[in-house]
Amino acid sequence: MLKTGNRLFTFCMLASMAAAVFSAPDAARQAELLYLLKHDCGSCHGMTRKGGLGPSLLPEDMNKRPPQWLVNTVLDGRPGTPMPPWRGELSEQDAQWLVDAMRRGEGL
Amino acid sequence: MHRRSGPCPRFCLEKIADTVRSCGLVFLLVVLASSIQPATAAECLSRGTGDMGLVIERASGSVQILDTTVKTSLFRVTGLGDLSHASAVFSRDERYAYIFGRDGGLSKIDLLCGVLVKRVMQAGNSIGGAISQDGSLVAVSNYTPGGVKIFAADSLALVADLPAVYGDGKSSKVVGLVDAPGQQFVYTLYDAGEIRLADMSDPAVPQVSVFTDIGQQPYDALITPDGRFYIAGLFGEDGLALLDLWQPRAGVRRILDHYGRGKQKLPVYKMPHLEGWAIAGDYAFLPAVGQHEVLVVDTRSWKQVGRIAVHGQPVFVVAQPDGRQVWVNFAHPLNDTVQVIDTQTLQVKHSLQPGKGVLHMEFTPRGEHVWLSVRDLDQLQVYDTKSLKKIAQLDAEKPSGIFFTARAHRTGL
Repeated sequence: MLKTGNRLFTFCMLASMAAAVFSAPDAARQAELLYLLKHDCGSCHGMTRKGGLGPSLLPEDMNKRPPQWLVNTVLDGRPGTPMPPWRGELSEQDAQWLVDAMRRGEGL
Repeated sequence: MHRRSGPCPRFCLEKIADTVRSCGLVFLLVVLASSIQPATAAECLSRGTGDMGLVIERASGSVQILDTTVKTSLFRVTGLGDLSHASAVFSRDERYAYIFGRDGGLSKIDLLCGVLVKRVMQAGNSIGGAISQDGSLVAVSNYTPGGVKIFAADSLALVADLPAVYGDGKSSKVVGLVDAPGQQFVYTLYDAGEIRLADMSDPAVPQVSVFTDIGQQPYDALITPDGRFYIAGLFGEDGLALLDLWQPRAGVRRILDHYGRGKQKLPVYKMPHLEGWAIAGDYAFLPAVGQHEVLVVDTRSWKQVGRIAVHGQPVFVVAQPDGRQVWVNFAHPLNDTVQVIDTQTLQVKHSLQPGKGVLHMEFTPRGEHVWLSVRDLDQLQVYDTKSLKKIAQLDAEKPSGIFFTARAHRTGL
Protein backbone atom coordinates (compact mmCIF):
# COMPACT_ATOMS: atom_id res chain seq x y z
CA MET A 1 0.00 0.00 0.00
CA LEU A 2 2.74 2.30 1.04
CA LYS A 3 4.72 1.27 -2.02
CA THR A 4 1.80 1.99 -4.37
CA GLY A 5 1.31 5.33 -2.70
CA ASN A 6 4.96 6.13 -3.24
CA ARG A 7 4.78 5.13 -6.86
CA LEU A 8 1.68 7.21 -7.40
CA PHE A 9 3.36 10.14 -5.69
CA THR A 10 6.43 9.81 -7.93
CA PHE A 11 4.23 9.58 -11.01
CA CYS A 12 2.29 12.66 -10.03
CA MET A 13 5.51 14.54 -9.33
CA LEU A 14 6.96 13.64 -12.71
CA ALA A 15 3.71 14.45 -14.50
CA SER A 16 3.41 17.85 -12.88
CA MET A 17 7.06 18.61 -13.58
CA ALA A 18 6.54 17.69 -17.23
CA ALA A 19 3.45 19.90 -17.35
CA ALA A 20 5.47 22.72 -15.82
CA VAL A 21 8.16 22.30 -18.46
CA PHE A 22 5.66 22.57 -21.31
CA SER A 23 3.52 25.34 -19.85
CA ALA A 24 5.93 27.65 -18.08
CA PRO A 25 9.16 29.34 -19.17
CA ASP A 26 12.30 27.89 -17.54
CA ALA A 27 13.98 29.59 -14.60
CA ALA A 28 16.39 31.56 -16.78
CA ARG A 29 13.56 32.85 -18.93
CA GLN A 30 11.52 33.72 -15.84
CA ALA A 31 14.40 35.83 -14.59
CA GLU A 32 14.56 37.57 -17.99
CA LEU A 33 10.81 38.21 -17.89
CA LEU A 34 10.97 39.69 -14.39
CA TYR A 35 13.85 41.92 -15.51
CA LEU A 36 11.81 43.04 -18.53
CA LEU A 37 8.81 43.66 -16.27
CA LYS A 38 10.83 45.77 -13.89
CA HIS A 39 12.86 47.80 -16.34
CA ASP A 40 10.96 47.93 -19.62
CA CYS A 41 7.34 47.68 -18.51
CA GLY A 42 8.53 49.80 -15.57
CA SER A 43 9.28 52.73 -17.91
CA CYS A 44 5.55 53.38 -18.17
CA HIS A 45 4.05 51.40 -15.29
CA GLY A 46 6.68 52.27 -12.66
CA MET A 47 9.40 49.98 -11.37
CA THR A 48 7.25 49.31 -8.32
CA ARG A 49 4.27 48.72 -10.68
CA LYS A 50 2.25 51.48 -9.06
CA GLY A 51 1.56 53.00 -12.45
CA GLY A 52 2.81 56.00 -14.38
CA LEU A 53 1.80 56.92 -17.89
CA GLY A 54 0.33 53.41 -17.93
CA PRO A 55 -1.96 51.99 -15.23
CA SER A 56 -0.94 50.18 -12.04
CA LEU A 57 0.15 46.55 -12.38
CA LEU A 58 -0.26 45.75 -8.70
CA PRO A 59 -2.11 42.51 -7.79
CA GLU A 60 -5.21 44.34 -6.51
CA ASP A 61 -5.60 46.05 -9.88
CA MET A 62 -4.55 43.08 -12.01
CA ASN A 63 -7.08 40.85 -10.27
CA LYS A 64 -9.92 43.11 -11.41
CA ARG A 65 -9.47 41.88 -14.99
CA PRO A 66 -9.83 38.39 -16.48
CA PRO A 67 -6.39 36.76 -16.91
CA GLN A 68 -6.93 36.10 -20.63
CA TRP A 69 -7.81 39.76 -21.22
CA LEU A 70 -4.51 40.70 -19.58
CA VAL A 71 -2.59 38.14 -21.66
CA ASN A 72 -4.19 39.55 -24.82
CA THR A 73 -3.30 43.09 -23.75
CA VAL A 74 0.34 42.10 -23.27
CA LEU A 75 0.51 40.29 -26.61
CA ASP A 76 -1.57 42.60 -28.78
CA GLY A 77 -1.35 45.95 -27.01
CA ARG A 78 -4.22 48.38 -26.49
CA PRO A 79 -4.97 50.31 -29.68
CA GLY A 80 -5.53 54.00 -29.00
CA THR A 81 -3.17 53.93 -26.02
CA PRO A 82 0.65 53.80 -25.84
CA MET A 83 0.53 50.11 -24.80
CA PRO A 84 2.42 48.30 -27.58
CA PRO A 85 1.92 44.70 -28.70
CA TRP A 86 4.69 42.52 -27.21
CA ARG A 87 3.99 39.55 -29.52
CA GLY A 88 7.25 38.75 -31.24
CA GLU A 89 9.15 39.68 -28.08
CA LEU A 90 7.04 37.39 -25.93
CA SER A 91 5.47 34.00 -26.56
CA GLU A 92 1.97 33.07 -25.40
CA GLN A 93 3.55 31.14 -22.49
CA ASP A 94 5.76 34.11 -21.58
CA ALA A 95 2.73 36.40 -21.46
CA GLN A 96 0.72 33.93 -19.40
CA TRP A 97 3.55 33.50 -16.93
CA LEU A 98 4.04 37.29 -16.69
CA VAL A 99 0.35 37.89 -16.06
CA ASP A 100 0.38 35.21 -13.33
CA ALA A 101 3.50 36.76 -11.84
CA MET A 102 1.86 40.19 -11.75
CA ARG A 103 -1.32 38.76 -10.23
CA ARG A 104 0.76 37.08 -7.51
CA GLY A 105 2.81 40.23 -7.01
CA GLU A 106 6.00 38.27 -7.71
CA GLY A 107 9.19 40.27 -7.43
CA LEU A 108 7.54 43.18 -5.64
CA MET B 1 30.58 88.99 20.98
CA HIS B 2 27.09 88.06 19.94
CA ARG B 3 24.43 88.97 22.44
CA ARG B 4 20.95 87.68 22.42
CA SER B 5 18.36 90.36 22.54
CA GLY B 6 14.64 90.11 23.12
CA PRO B 7 12.77 87.71 25.33
CA CYS B 8 13.73 84.10 25.77
CA PRO B 9 11.57 81.89 23.50
CA ARG B 10 8.58 80.42 25.26
CA PHE B 11 9.66 76.80 24.84
CA CYS B 12 12.89 77.19 26.78
CA LEU B 13 11.08 79.02 29.57
CA GLU B 14 8.55 76.23 29.86
CA LYS B 15 10.75 73.22 29.35
CA ILE B 16 14.00 74.11 30.98
CA ALA B 17 13.32 77.10 33.15
CA ASP B 18 13.57 74.90 36.25
CA THR B 19 17.05 73.68 35.56
CA VAL B 20 18.48 76.50 33.53
CA ARG B 21 17.59 79.97 34.66
CA SER B 22 19.38 81.99 32.08
CA CYS B 23 18.58 82.22 28.38
CA GLY B 24 22.21 83.01 27.76
CA LEU B 25 23.24 79.63 29.11
CA VAL B 26 20.72 77.87 26.84
CA PHE B 27 22.12 79.76 23.89
CA LEU B 28 25.63 78.66 24.84
CA LEU B 29 24.48 75.06 25.07
CA VAL B 30 22.90 75.28 21.62
CA VAL B 31 26.09 76.68 20.15
CA LEU B 32 28.14 73.92 21.78
CA ALA B 33 25.74 71.25 20.56
CA SER B 34 25.77 72.51 16.99
CA SER B 35 29.54 72.58 16.92
CA ILE B 36 29.76 68.85 17.62
CA GLN B 37 26.52 67.69 15.97
CA PRO B 38 26.89 67.49 12.16
CA ALA B 39 28.97 64.41 11.54
CA THR B 40 28.79 65.06 7.82
CA ALA B 41 30.08 68.61 7.98
CA ALA B 42 33.64 67.40 8.44
CA GLU B 43 33.28 65.35 5.28
CA CYS B 44 31.85 68.17 3.18
CA LEU B 45 33.99 69.14 0.26
CA SER B 46 35.43 72.58 -0.12
CA ARG B 47 35.49 73.18 -3.87
CA GLY B 48 33.44 74.54 -6.74
CA THR B 49 30.59 72.43 -8.13
CA GLY B 50 30.65 73.58 -11.78
CA ASP B 51 32.24 70.34 -12.96
CA MET B 52 30.03 68.13 -10.86
CA GLY B 53 26.84 66.23 -11.52
CA LEU B 54 24.89 63.18 -10.53
CA VAL B 55 23.57 59.94 -11.89
CA ILE B 56 20.30 58.35 -10.88
CA GLU B 57 20.58 54.72 -9.78
CA ARG B 58 17.00 53.89 -10.46
CA ALA B 59 16.65 50.43 -8.98
CA SER B 60 18.36 51.16 -5.68
CA GLY B 61 16.74 54.55 -5.00
CA SER B 62 20.12 56.26 -4.84
CA VAL B 63 22.21 58.81 -6.69
CA GLN B 64 25.95 59.07 -7.11
CA ILE B 65 27.50 62.52 -7.07
CA LEU B 66 30.11 62.80 -9.79
CA ASP B 67 33.24 64.77 -10.55
CA THR B 68 33.42 65.14 -14.33
CA THR B 69 37.01 66.42 -14.34
CA VAL B 70 38.59 63.54 -12.43
CA LYS B 71 35.79 61.26 -13.69
CA THR B 72 35.06 59.73 -10.37
CA SER B 73 32.22 59.26 -7.92
CA LEU B 74 32.34 61.47 -4.82
CA PHE B 75 29.32 60.32 -2.82
CA ARG B 76 26.39 57.99 -2.95
CA VAL B 77 23.13 59.30 -1.45
CA THR B 78 20.53 56.66 -0.64
CA GLY B 79 16.94 56.48 0.53
CA LEU B 80 15.39 58.42 -2.33
CA GLY B 81 12.49 56.04 -3.07
CA ASP B 82 11.36 54.83 -6.50
CA LEU B 83 13.63 56.54 -8.98
CA SER B 84 12.35 54.99 -12.19
CA HIS B 85 12.07 57.88 -14.63
CA ALA B 86 13.65 60.25 -12.09
CA SER B 87 15.14 63.55 -13.14
CA ALA B 88 16.98 66.43 -11.50
CA VAL B 89 17.41 70.20 -11.63
CA PHE B 90 20.00 72.33 -9.83
CA SER B 91 19.91 75.41 -7.65
CA ARG B 92 21.41 78.41 -9.38
CA ASP B 93 24.43 78.37 -7.06
CA GLU B 94 24.92 74.75 -8.22
CA ARG B 95 25.21 73.57 -4.63
CA TYR B 96 21.94 71.66 -4.43
CA ALA B 97 20.14 69.18 -6.64
CA TYR B 98 16.41 68.60 -6.59
CA ILE B 99 15.47 65.03 -7.51
CA PHE B 100 11.99 64.21 -8.78
CA GLY B 101 11.14 60.57 -8.05
CA ARG B 102 8.43 58.44 -9.60
CA ASP B 103 6.82 57.84 -6.18
CA GLY B 104 6.06 61.55 -5.75
CA GLY B 105 9.11 62.22 -3.62
CA LEU B 106 10.93 65.54 -4.03
CA SER B 107 14.44 65.33 -2.57
CA LYS B 108 16.93 68.15 -2.06
CA ILE B 109 20.53 66.99 -2.04
CA ASP B 110 23.65 68.87 -0.97
CA LEU B 111 26.28 68.11 -3.61
CA LEU B 112 29.23 69.22 -1.47
CA CYS B 113 28.28 67.18 1.59
CA GLY B 114 26.70 64.24 -0.21
CA VAL B 115 23.64 64.31 2.00
CA LEU B 116 19.89 64.45 1.66
CA VAL B 117 18.89 67.84 3.05
CA LYS B 118 15.16 67.44 2.83
CA ARG B 119 12.59 65.15 1.26
CA VAL B 120 8.86 65.69 0.85
CA MET B 121 6.30 63.26 -0.51
CA GLN B 122 4.27 65.66 -2.57
CA ALA B 123 2.08 63.34 -4.65
CA GLY B 124 1.36 59.68 -5.27
CA ASN B 125 3.05 59.44 -8.61
CA SER B 126 5.12 62.07 -10.38
CA ILE B 127 7.02 62.46 -13.60
CA GLY B 128 9.37 65.44 -13.57
CA GLY B 129 10.11 68.94 -12.48
CA ALA B 130 11.63 72.31 -13.19
CA ILE B 131 13.22 75.24 -11.37
CA SER B 132 12.07 78.80 -11.93
CA GLN B 133 14.06 81.44 -13.78
CA ASP B 134 15.15 83.10 -10.52
CA GLY B 135 15.80 79.81 -8.77
CA SER B 136 13.32 80.46 -5.99
CA LEU B 137 10.64 77.95 -6.97
CA VAL B 138 10.72 74.25 -7.78
CA ALA B 139 7.75 72.81 -9.68
CA VAL B 140 6.80 69.13 -9.89
CA SER B 141 4.43 67.58 -12.43
CA ASN B 142 2.27 64.71 -11.27
CA TYR B 143 0.37 61.75 -12.64
CA THR B 144 -1.58 60.90 -9.47
CA PRO B 145 -3.28 63.16 -8.63
CA GLY B 146 -2.60 65.07 -11.83
CA GLY B 147 -1.39 68.64 -11.64
CA VAL B 148 1.62 70.75 -10.77
CA LYS B 149 2.82 71.59 -7.29
CA ILE B 150 5.19 74.43 -6.65
CA PHE B 151 7.60 74.57 -3.71
CA ALA B 152 9.99 77.10 -2.24
CA ALA B 153 13.45 76.04 -3.39
CA ASP B 154 15.05 76.74 -0.02
CA SER B 155 12.60 75.09 2.39
CA LEU B 156 10.53 72.86 0.07
CA ALA B 157 7.43 74.44 1.62
CA LEU B 158 4.38 74.25 -0.66
CA VAL B 159 3.78 77.57 -2.42
CA ALA B 160 1.09 76.76 -4.98
CA ASP B 161 -1.00 73.83 -6.16
CA LEU B 162 -2.16 73.95 -9.77
CA PRO B 163 -4.63 71.13 -10.41
CA ALA B 164 -4.88 69.80 -13.97
CA VAL B 165 -8.65 69.63 -14.02
CA TYR B 166 -10.28 69.71 -17.45
CA GLY B 167 -13.59 69.03 -19.17
CA ASP B 168 -16.23 67.99 -16.69
CA GLY B 169 -13.89 67.81 -13.72
CA LYS B 170 -11.49 65.03 -14.67
CA SER B 171 -7.86 65.28 -13.60
CA SER B 172 -5.12 64.90 -16.20
CA LYS B 173 -1.62 63.51 -15.97
CA VAL B 174 0.90 66.29 -16.49
CA VAL B 175 3.99 65.94 -18.70
CA GLY B 176 6.59 68.19 -20.30
CA LEU B 177 6.99 70.64 -17.41
CA VAL B 178 9.67 73.28 -18.07
CA ASP B 179 10.62 76.73 -16.83
CA ALA B 180 10.34 79.72 -19.13
CA PRO B 181 11.53 83.33 -18.94
CA GLY B 182 9.29 85.72 -17.04
CA GLN B 183 9.13 83.43 -13.99
CA GLN B 184 6.81 81.07 -15.87
CA PHE B 185 6.30 77.32 -15.94
CA VAL B 186 4.88 75.62 -19.02
CA TYR B 187 3.35 72.14 -18.95
CA THR B 188 1.15 69.80 -20.92
CA LEU B 189 -1.94 67.83 -19.94
CA TYR B 190 -1.60 64.32 -21.40
CA ASP B 191 -5.24 63.28 -21.05
CA ALA B 192 -6.74 66.68 -21.89
CA GLY B 193 -4.51 67.61 -24.85
CA GLU B 194 -3.79 71.06 -23.38
CA ILE B 195 -0.78 73.26 -22.83
CA ARG B 196 -0.82 75.51 -19.77
CA LEU B 197 1.33 78.49 -18.97
CA ALA B 198 1.64 79.49 -15.31
CA ASP B 199 3.04 82.92 -14.49
CA MET B 200 4.47 82.78 -10.98
CA SER B 201 5.63 86.41 -10.78
CA ASP B 202 3.44 86.67 -7.70
CA PRO B 203 3.71 83.18 -6.15
CA ALA B 204 0.60 83.82 -4.07
CA VAL B 205 -1.51 84.46 -7.16
CA PRO B 206 -0.47 82.18 -10.06
CA GLN B 207 -1.83 83.31 -13.43
CA VAL B 208 -2.59 80.26 -15.57
CA SER B 209 -3.32 80.48 -19.32
CA VAL B 210 -4.87 77.45 -21.01
CA PHE B 211 -4.39 76.34 -24.62
CA THR B 212 -6.83 73.61 -25.60
CA ASP B 213 -7.05 71.12 -28.50
CA ILE B 214 -3.33 70.89 -29.08
CA GLY B 215 -3.58 67.27 -30.33
CA GLN B 216 -3.96 63.74 -29.03
CA GLN B 217 -1.87 62.30 -26.21
CA PRO B 218 0.94 64.83 -25.89
CA TYR B 219 3.63 62.68 -24.22
CA ASP B 220 6.46 65.14 -23.53
CA ALA B 221 7.65 68.61 -24.45
CA LEU B 222 10.73 70.76 -24.79
CA ILE B 223 11.52 74.43 -24.77
CA THR B 224 14.13 75.92 -27.09
CA PRO B 225 17.34 77.06 -25.38
CA ASP B 226 16.32 80.72 -25.70
CA GLY B 227 13.06 79.96 -23.92
CA ARG B 228 10.92 81.15 -26.81
CA PHE B 229 9.29 78.06 -28.35
CA TYR B 230 7.57 75.31 -26.39
CA ILE B 231 7.01 72.13 -28.41
CA ALA B 232 4.89 69.19 -27.30
CA GLY B 233 5.26 65.82 -29.05
CA LEU B 234 2.06 63.92 -29.78
CA PHE B 235 1.71 60.19 -29.38
CA GLY B 236 -1.84 59.91 -30.71
CA GLU B 237 -1.11 61.63 -34.03
CA ASP B 238 1.86 62.38 -36.27
CA GLY B 239 2.90 65.92 -35.52
CA LEU B 240 3.96 68.30 -32.77
CA ALA B 241 2.27 71.27 -31.11
CA LEU B 242 4.19 74.56 -31.03
CA LEU B 243 3.58 77.55 -28.76
CA ASP B 244 5.51 80.78 -29.33
CA LEU B 245 5.92 82.21 -25.83
CA TRP B 246 6.74 85.62 -27.30
CA GLN B 247 3.28 85.63 -28.86
CA PRO B 248 1.13 83.37 -26.69
CA ARG B 249 -2.02 85.03 -28.00
CA ALA B 250 -1.30 83.59 -31.44
CA GLY B 251 -2.05 80.21 -29.83
CA VAL B 252 -0.73 76.72 -30.48
CA ARG B 253 -0.02 75.59 -34.00
CA ARG B 254 0.75 72.22 -35.49
CA ILE B 255 4.16 71.48 -36.98
CA LEU B 256 5.40 68.42 -38.87
CA ASP B 257 1.81 67.39 -39.40
CA HIS B 258 1.49 63.83 -40.73
CA TYR B 259 5.25 63.23 -40.70
CA GLY B 260 4.69 59.48 -40.75
CA ARG B 261 2.21 59.58 -43.60
CA GLY B 262 1.88 56.29 -45.45
CA LYS B 263 4.17 54.52 -43.02
CA GLN B 264 3.19 51.74 -40.68
CA LYS B 265 3.85 52.86 -37.13
CA LEU B 266 5.96 50.33 -35.22
CA PRO B 267 5.14 49.25 -31.67
CA VAL B 268 6.64 51.83 -29.32
CA TYR B 269 8.39 50.00 -26.47
CA LYS B 270 9.65 53.20 -24.91
CA MET B 271 8.29 56.72 -25.19
CA PRO B 272 10.74 59.18 -26.74
CA HIS B 273 11.92 62.06 -24.57
CA LEU B 274 11.91 65.66 -25.67
CA GLU B 275 13.57 67.08 -22.58
CA GLY B 276 17.04 66.94 -24.04
CA TRP B 277 16.55 69.51 -26.75
CA ALA B 278 18.52 69.16 -29.93
CA ILE B 279 18.79 72.50 -31.59
CA ALA B 280 21.87 72.80 -33.76
CA GLY B 281 22.28 75.96 -35.81
CA ASP B 282 19.00 76.58 -37.62
CA TYR B 283 17.84 72.99 -37.25
CA ALA B 284 15.95 71.12 -34.58
CA PHE B 285 16.31 67.34 -34.42
CA LEU B 286 13.31 65.43 -33.11
CA PRO B 287 12.48 61.76 -32.61
CA ALA B 288 9.82 60.31 -34.93
CA VAL B 289 7.38 58.29 -32.81
CA GLY B 290 7.14 54.66 -33.93
CA GLN B 291 9.69 55.11 -36.72
CA HIS B 292 13.41 54.46 -37.05
CA GLU B 293 13.94 58.09 -37.93
CA VAL B 294 15.08 61.45 -36.64
CA LEU B 295 13.17 64.39 -38.10
CA VAL B 296 14.98 67.59 -39.02
CA VAL B 297 13.11 70.89 -38.83
CA ASP B 298 14.15 74.40 -39.84
CA THR B 299 13.54 76.49 -36.70
CA ARG B 300 12.88 79.66 -38.74
CA SER B 301 9.93 78.22 -40.69
CA TRP B 302 9.24 75.12 -38.53
CA LYS B 303 9.04 73.15 -41.81
CA GLN B 304 10.55 69.70 -42.14
CA VAL B 305 13.81 69.78 -44.08
CA GLY B 306 14.88 66.17 -43.73
CA ARG B 307 14.55 62.82 -42.10
CA ILE B 308 17.48 60.69 -41.07
CA ALA B 309 17.23 56.89 -41.00
CA VAL B 310 18.68 55.58 -37.76
CA HIS B 311 19.29 52.27 -35.97
CA GLY B 312 16.00 52.10 -34.04
CA GLN B 313 13.26 54.22 -32.51
CA PRO B 314 14.97 57.26 -31.01
CA VAL B 315 14.49 57.97 -27.31
CA PHE B 316 16.82 60.91 -26.69
CA VAL B 317 18.05 63.09 -29.54
CA VAL B 318 20.54 65.55 -28.08
CA ALA B 319 22.89 68.07 -29.63
CA GLN B 320 26.42 68.61 -28.40
CA PRO B 321 26.77 72.06 -26.87
CA ASP B 322 28.58 73.22 -30.05
CA GLY B 323 25.79 71.84 -32.27
CA ARG B 324 28.26 70.00 -34.50
CA GLN B 325 26.92 66.52 -33.75
CA VAL B 326 23.64 65.10 -32.52
CA TRP B 327 23.64 61.94 -30.41
CA VAL B 328 20.77 59.46 -30.43
CA ASN B 329 19.92 56.48 -28.23
CA PHE B 330 17.18 53.95 -28.90
CA ALA B 331 14.20 52.12 -27.47
CA HIS B 332 14.10 48.53 -26.36
CA PRO B 333 15.13 46.10 -27.88
CA LEU B 334 17.69 48.12 -29.86
CA ASN B 335 19.00 50.04 -26.87
CA ASP B 336 22.57 48.75 -27.03
CA THR B 337 23.57 51.30 -29.66
CA VAL B 338 24.19 55.04 -29.83
CA GLN B 339 24.47 56.87 -33.13
CA VAL B 340 26.15 60.15 -33.91
CA ILE B 341 24.67 62.41 -36.59
CA ASP B 342 26.74 65.00 -38.42
CA THR B 343 24.61 68.16 -38.43
CA GLN B 344 26.23 69.46 -41.63
CA THR B 345 25.60 66.40 -43.81
CA LEU B 346 22.49 65.26 -41.87
CA GLN B 347 23.84 61.70 -41.95
CA VAL B 348 24.80 59.15 -39.34
CA LYS B 349 28.57 59.34 -39.16
CA HIS B 350 29.23 56.79 -36.43
CA SER B 351 27.63 54.01 -34.41
CA LEU B 352 28.77 52.97 -30.93
CA GLN B 353 27.86 49.81 -29.04
CA PRO B 354 28.28 50.73 -25.38
CA GLY B 355 26.17 47.76 -24.25
CA LYS B 356 22.56 46.86 -23.58
CA GLY B 357 20.32 49.44 -21.96
CA VAL B 358 21.82 52.80 -22.91
CA LEU B 359 19.29 55.01 -21.14
CA HIS B 360 20.72 58.52 -21.13
CA MET B 361 23.47 60.82 -22.42
CA GLU B 362 24.84 64.00 -20.87
CA PHE B 363 27.53 66.33 -22.20
CA THR B 364 30.16 68.11 -20.15
CA PRO B 365 29.41 71.87 -20.17
CA ARG B 366 31.42 72.65 -23.29
CA GLY B 367 30.88 69.29 -24.90
CA GLU B 368 34.31 67.65 -25.06
CA HIS B 369 32.93 64.52 -23.42
CA VAL B 370 29.62 62.72 -23.26
CA TRP B 371 28.63 60.43 -20.38
CA LEU B 372 26.37 57.46 -21.09
CA SER B 373 24.44 55.33 -18.64
CA VAL B 374 24.48 51.65 -19.61
CA ARG B 375 21.86 50.02 -17.43
CA ASP B 376 22.43 46.32 -18.04
CA LEU B 377 26.20 46.60 -17.57
CA ASP B 378 25.79 48.74 -14.42
CA GLN B 379 28.21 51.23 -15.94
CA LEU B 380 28.73 54.86 -16.79
CA GLN B 381 30.87 55.24 -19.88
CA VAL B 382 32.60 58.45 -20.90
CA TYR B 383 33.35 59.14 -24.57
CA ASP B 384 35.44 61.81 -26.22
CA THR B 385 33.11 63.59 -28.65
CA LYS B 386 35.92 64.30 -31.12
CA SER B 387 37.66 60.93 -31.33
CA LEU B 388 34.40 59.07 -30.44
CA LYS B 389 36.55 56.77 -28.27
CA LYS B 390 35.70 55.60 -24.79
CA ILE B 391 38.01 57.26 -22.28
CA ALA B 392 36.63 56.23 -18.89
CA GLN B 393 34.21 53.91 -17.16
CA LEU B 394 32.59 54.00 -13.71
CA ASP B 395 30.43 51.56 -11.80
CA ALA B 396 26.83 52.53 -11.11
CA GLU B 397 23.83 50.41 -10.12
CA LYS B 398 21.27 50.36 -12.95
CA PRO B 399 22.10 53.92 -13.95
CA SER B 400 19.52 56.01 -15.77
CA GLY B 401 19.44 59.83 -15.96
CA ILE B 402 22.75 61.73 -15.80
CA PHE B 403 22.56 65.42 -14.87
CA PHE B 404 25.47 67.88 -14.72
CA THR B 405 25.35 71.13 -12.75
CA ALA B 406 25.77 73.29 -15.88
CA ARG B 407 22.03 72.71 -16.34
CA ALA B 408 21.53 75.22 -13.52
CA HIS B 409 22.06 78.04 -15.97
CA ARG B 410 20.05 76.76 -18.90
CA THR B 411 16.40 77.50 -19.49
CA GLY B 412 14.30 74.36 -19.71
CA LEU B 413 16.79 72.02 -18.04
